[in-house]
Amino acid sequence: MAEQPLILGIETSCDETGVGLVRGTTLLANAVASSVDEHVRFGGVVPEVASRAHLQAIVPTLERALTEAEVTLDDVDAIAVTAGPGLAGALMVGVSAAKSLALALDKPLYGVNHLVGHVAAEQLENGPLTEPVVALLVSGGHTEILHVTEIATAAEMLGQTLDDAAGEAFDKVARLIGLKYPGGPHIQRAAAEGDPAAIRFPRGLTSQRDMSRHRYDFSFSGLKTAVARWVETAEREGRTVPVPDVAAAFQEAVADVLTHKAVLACTERGVRTMVLAGGVAANARIRDLTRERCAAAGIELRQPRLSLCTDNGAMIAALGAAVVEHGLPPSSLDFATDSSLPVTQVAV
Amino acid sequence: MLLLAMDTSTPAVTVALHDGDRTVAETTTVDARRHTELLAPALVGLLAEAGADRRDLTDIAVGVGPGPFTGLRVGLAAARTLGAALDIPVIGVCSQDIIAHGVRAAGADAGMPFIVATDARRREVYWAYYAPTGERLAGPQVGPAADIASSLPAEVKSAPLRAAGAGALLYAEAFAAVLEPEYPSAGDLASAVVSKAVPIVSPEPMYLRRPDVAPPSPRKSVLTSMRSTAH
Ligand SMILES: [Zn+2]
Repeated sequence: MAEQPLILGIETSCDETGVGLVRGTTLLANAVASSVDEHVRFGGVVPEVASRAHLQAIVPTLERALTEAEVTLDDVDAIAVTAGPGLAGALMVGVSAAKSLALALDKPLYGVNHLVGHVAAEQLENGPLTEPVVALLVSGGHTEILHVTEIATAAEMLGQTLDDAAGEAFDKVARLIGLKYPGGPHIQRAAAEGDPAAIRFPRGLTSQRDMSRHRYDFSFSGLKTAVARWVETAEREGRTVPVPDVAAAFQEAVADVLTHKAVLACTERGVRTMVLAGGVAANARIRDLTRERCAAAGIELRQPRLSLCTDNGAMIAALGAAVVEHGLPPSSLDFATDSSLPVTQVAV
Repeated sequence: MLLLAMDTSTPAVTVALHDGDRTVAETTTVDARRHTELLAPALVGLLAEAGADRRDLTDIAVGVGPGPFTGLRVGLAAARTLGAALDIPVIGVCSQDIIAHGVRAAGADAGMPFIVATDARRREVYWAYYAPTGERLAGPQVGPAADIASSLPAEVKSAPLRAAGAGALLYAEAFAAVLEPEYPSAGDLASAVVSKAVPIVSPEPMYLRRPDVAPPSPRKSVLTSMRSTAH
């Protein structure tokens, strides 16, 4: 069998500059430069800070990926890049670099969807997916349930957050209880010492009425406000805020609503495989509860390692590989970035 | 030699090829919002027009701004990536210097000092001040066009300020005369580099402004706001 084409993937939709190299579903390199440290003092990703960092990191990260994979640019058969969704100015750095690379190498370029890329990343971990799958994507930038019937061509958004992303909720609650940015790891650490049942925080969009209109959607702003109210009331009454309990109860509320709705999507759509991805999928409680509930519902849970869960170039290369294998035409060199690219558009 | 020159620091996406003797091809498209879409096809068209192959390129020169950040980065990311992929050197030139070279090439300076001012948005311009020799005497800086005169050395303050660039057109009332060109041209960039008429800098963006952000504000009470809306 002839060797599968070598795909180079570029990702710059948020605060990670990623360049990955992939053949089919085999991972060869996954180089990432993160600007997360530059965002700490702002308590969240600042688009202009991220865009500046992408420009500085893009060529060094490309070189690192080539070294890691022990290949040269001449070996590359096609280039894939995140066309959206994401931060407009950040996307443009990656797309400009990818177009230039395609031009310099005279190789086809594929602009692809970041969200579907998260699902494609799983194929680098455990081999080809058997579609259809439901994907639960949770990160600082997005919170979605996708229904993927064919990775290269057909994905549908079943539900998404109406306000904050799950990761943003972690960041904001961390700040409320005096923990650092990014909130995810700090809340998880504090929660390990706390009682998740100590406080009952609300599960957004789970009332009967919401379940008819927003069956697979999420909302975390009410939860965030509930935590703020609880903390402030305790402070006013002169009580010490039990940070571990608040962290554990908050984390439980997020894990509960995420996994409940994702499992529901699987059972209602008759889908037997769930993919869990995105940076927040690193949270141990979210992982454990997803595994538990999938097992109880007879759903196979697939999850890539953390470095493939967070934003990276390998996931974009993986999706590019699927698109190439499917025989889809390359993108035209004049394609635009689309900060709200719909998930139905797997490739542009 | 075959020098590829480009600048995306203004609404103009401009690219040119120079063979050491002359500019052999040049394309400029003005559209402030479509730099990412326009640049790569412009480069393909440029090579085709000159009958050149990408592997014929020997050098890349890019305008480093100052200019609106997002568009500016499109050109810098392209120049750096092309340079790395083709393994050829990439140099930078201050984008104001490119316009200044255009002013002098057209004889629009009439032997007098002049300003180059480009649109920095937020009612400000990126500006620099040039001697008739083409030497940059002040700037680039960012600020309101009306404040340029007071930022200049005392001996030139009294002279009427003549300015080129889209910032001069936009705030014409701040200047005694508006000169051509409105935007930098990659042809001017290429000939300025070949004739060594401009300072060469590394291909690093000139932002002149910090990212527009503030650290998070202190926590606001949610209880009071709830109470006031509850009844
Ligand atoms: Zn992501």
